[in-house]
Amino acid sequence: MTADTPLRRFVVDFLASPLAVIAGLGLLAIALTALFAGIIAPQNPYDLAQIDIMDGSLTPGTEGFGGFTYWLGSDEQGRDMLSAMIYGLRISLMVSFVAVSSAVTVGMVLGLLAAARGGWVETLIMRIVDIQLSFPALLVALLLLASLGKGVDKVIIALILVQWAYFARTVRAAALVEIRKDYVTAARAAALPQWRILFGHVLPNVMPPVLVIATVQIANAIAIEASLSFLGVGVPITEPSLGLLIANGFDYLLSGRYWISFYPGVALLVTLVCINVVGDHVRDILNPRMQR
Amino acid sequence: MLAYLIRRLGQAFLVMAVMATIVFFGLFAVGNPVDLLINPEADLAEQEETIRRLGLDKPVHVQFGFFLAGLAQGDLGTSFVHNRPALELILSRLPATLELAFLGILIAVVLGIPLGMIAGLKPEAPYSKVIMAGSVVGFSTPNFWQGLMLIMLFAVFLGWLPAGGRGDTVDVLGIPVSFLTWDGLSHLILPALNVAIYKMSLVIRLTRAGTAEVALQDYVKYARARGLSPFRVVGVHVLKNILIPVVTVLGLETGNVIAFAVVTETVFSWPGIGKLLIDSIGLLDRPVVVAYLMLTVFLFVMINLVVDIGYSLLDPRVRVKGGRS
Repeated sequence: MTADTPLRRFVVDFLASPLAVIAGLGLLAIALTALFAGIIAPQNPYDLAQIDIMDGSLTPGTEGFGGFTYWLGSDEQGRDMLSAMIYGLRISLMVSFVAVSSAVTVGMVLGLLAAARGGWVETLIMRIVDIQLSFPALLVALLLLASLGKGVDKVIIALILVQWAYFARTVRAAALVEIRKDYVTAARAAALPQWRILFGHVLPNVMPPVLVIATVQIANAIAIEASLSFLGVGVPITEPSLGLLIANGFDYLLSGRYWISFYPGVALLVTLVCINVVGDHVRDILNPRMQR
Repeated sequence: MLAYLIRRLGQAFLVMAVMATIVFFGLFAVGNPVDLLINPEADLAEQEETIRRLGLDKPVHVQFGFFLAGLAQGDLGTSFVHNRPALELILSRLPATLELAFLGILIAVVLGIPLGMIAGLKPEAPYSKVIMAGSVVGFSTPNFWQGLMLIMLFAVFLGWLPAGGRGDTVDVLGIPVSFLTWDGLSHLILPALNVAIYKMSLVIRLTRAGTAEVALQDYVKYARARGLSPFRVVGVHVLKNILIPVVTVLGLETGNVIAFAVVTETVFSWPGIGKLLIDSIGLLDRPVVVAYLMLTVFLFVMINLVVDIGYSLLDPRVRVKGGRS
C-alpha cells in the first residue's frame, strides 16, 4: 500500500463515481477534438477551395457532388456542419479557457491582497466584488461588448471582467482562514518575505475551492460567450464559435432546415453537461462537510 | 432596523451614482451616432442642425452634466431613433417583459418545488434520479438554443404554437397584457417556458438540498412522532423551512430573469425591453441603452434591498444580526 496523499485520495474518490468518470472522459475527448481540429475535421470549413456552393443546405447524411458525405448536413454555403462545429468548438473552448485562467489569476492576486492587507484595500476590493456580483454576468458582458465592439480578444476581456470577482471572493475567504494557521506564523517567524508566504505557502492551500469554482466558471464562460455571439456582439463572423453557428442557423430553422442550429447546440449542451457533472463531483469530494 | 435601512439606502445611492458615471463614459466610446442617424444626402446645414438638436456638439463633460441633471429629474434623454423620451419608450415595453418574467417564475416555482421535494425525500428512487438528471440538463442548456429547440419542436414540426411575436393583447388598467386572450396566451407559452426551465432546475436543486437537510431535523422527527399525517409534515414543517433559501435565490433571480429576457426576447421576437436593448445597441441609440442600464441598475439595487429585508422578515436570526451591524 502506497502513501495516502491528498492527490491520490482525490483520484480514488473521483473514480468512485461512474457518471463523473464518463463525463470526465467525454470532456477529455471534447478537449482533444478541439485541440486537433485541423487533423480531425473532415474539411477545413474556412478554406474556400474545399467547400462547394452546389452542396449547400444538404440534409444530414447526404453525399455531395464531390463524393463527400455530409454526416451532419451542410449550411447555405455548402460548408460541412461537422467540420464547422469542430472548429467552432475550438474557438468556444479557447475563449473560455483563456478568459477563466486570466480571471483566476486576477482574482487570486486581488483576493490574496485583500486578505493579507486588510483595511481600506480590503474594503475597496470587496465592495467592488459585492457590487459586481449583484449584476448578472451576461448583462455586464453584453454592455461591455456594446462599448468595446466585436472580437475574440474583446469577448475574452469582457469575460475576465465579469468573472474575476468570483475568484477574488473565494480566495479572500479561504486565505483569511489560512493566514491564521500555524504554518503561516512559522513562515513569518522564519522571516520569509510576505510575497513568498502568500504565494508559496497560502496560495497552494486555497487552491481546492478555486478549482471547483473555475470548473463551473468555464461552463459559464462557454455559455456566456455563446449567448453573446448569438446576440451578435460576440465573436466575429470570420471566427464562428458554436454560439455563432447556432445564430446563423436560426434564420433557416423556420424553413425546417433544423440541422444548422441543432447539432452545434447539441455539442454545446454535451460540453456543458460534462463540465457541470465533473464540477459537481469535484465539489462533493473537496467539500469537507460531505466527507465520508 | 432603521439604521440598517438608512445605511443600505445610502449604499444603493452610491452604486447608482458610480454606475451612472461608468455607463455614460463607457458608452461614449461606442461610436458616432451622427454618421448613422443623418441622411447621407442631407446638406451641411441640416447635419449641423441635427447635431445641435441632439446635443452632440457639446464637449463630453458638458454632455455628462446635462445627463446628470436630466437623471435627477427622471429625464434620461430622447431616443435618437424613435424620437421619444427614452424612459417612456422603455416603460412602454416593460409590461411585456414583466409578464414574461412572472409567468416564467410562476411555472418554475409551481413545478420546481414539488419535484425538488420528491427528489429530496426519496433521493435513491429512480424517479428522483430522473428529476435530478433533468435538472442538470435544464441547468446546462444554453437558454437561446433551448428557445430555438422549443420553436423547432412546437412551432415548426408540430405547428401547435406560434414561433414569435406577442399576439393580441387586452388592456388591464391601461397596461396591455397577453394572458387574457387565447392568441396572446399561445404566444406567451413558449417564451415563458424558455424562461422557466432554467429557473425550475435551480428551484429543484435548492429544494432538494433543503429537503434532504430539513427531513433529518429533530422537529420533523417530532412531528412524525406526534402522528401527523406525512402530507402535513412535508407540506407544513418541511416546506416552511426550505422556503428561506428558495425565496432568496428566486428574489435575486428575478433580476436575472429580466436580464436574461434579452436572450429569450431576441429568440421569440417578444417586444419587451430586452429586445429593445439589443435593437438599440445595434442602432447605436445611446440614450435608450443608457436609460435601460440606469433602469436595470435601479431595479437590481431595489431587488437586493427587498430580498435583504424579506430575508430578515422570514428568518429572525438574520434580523438580529442585521439590526446590530
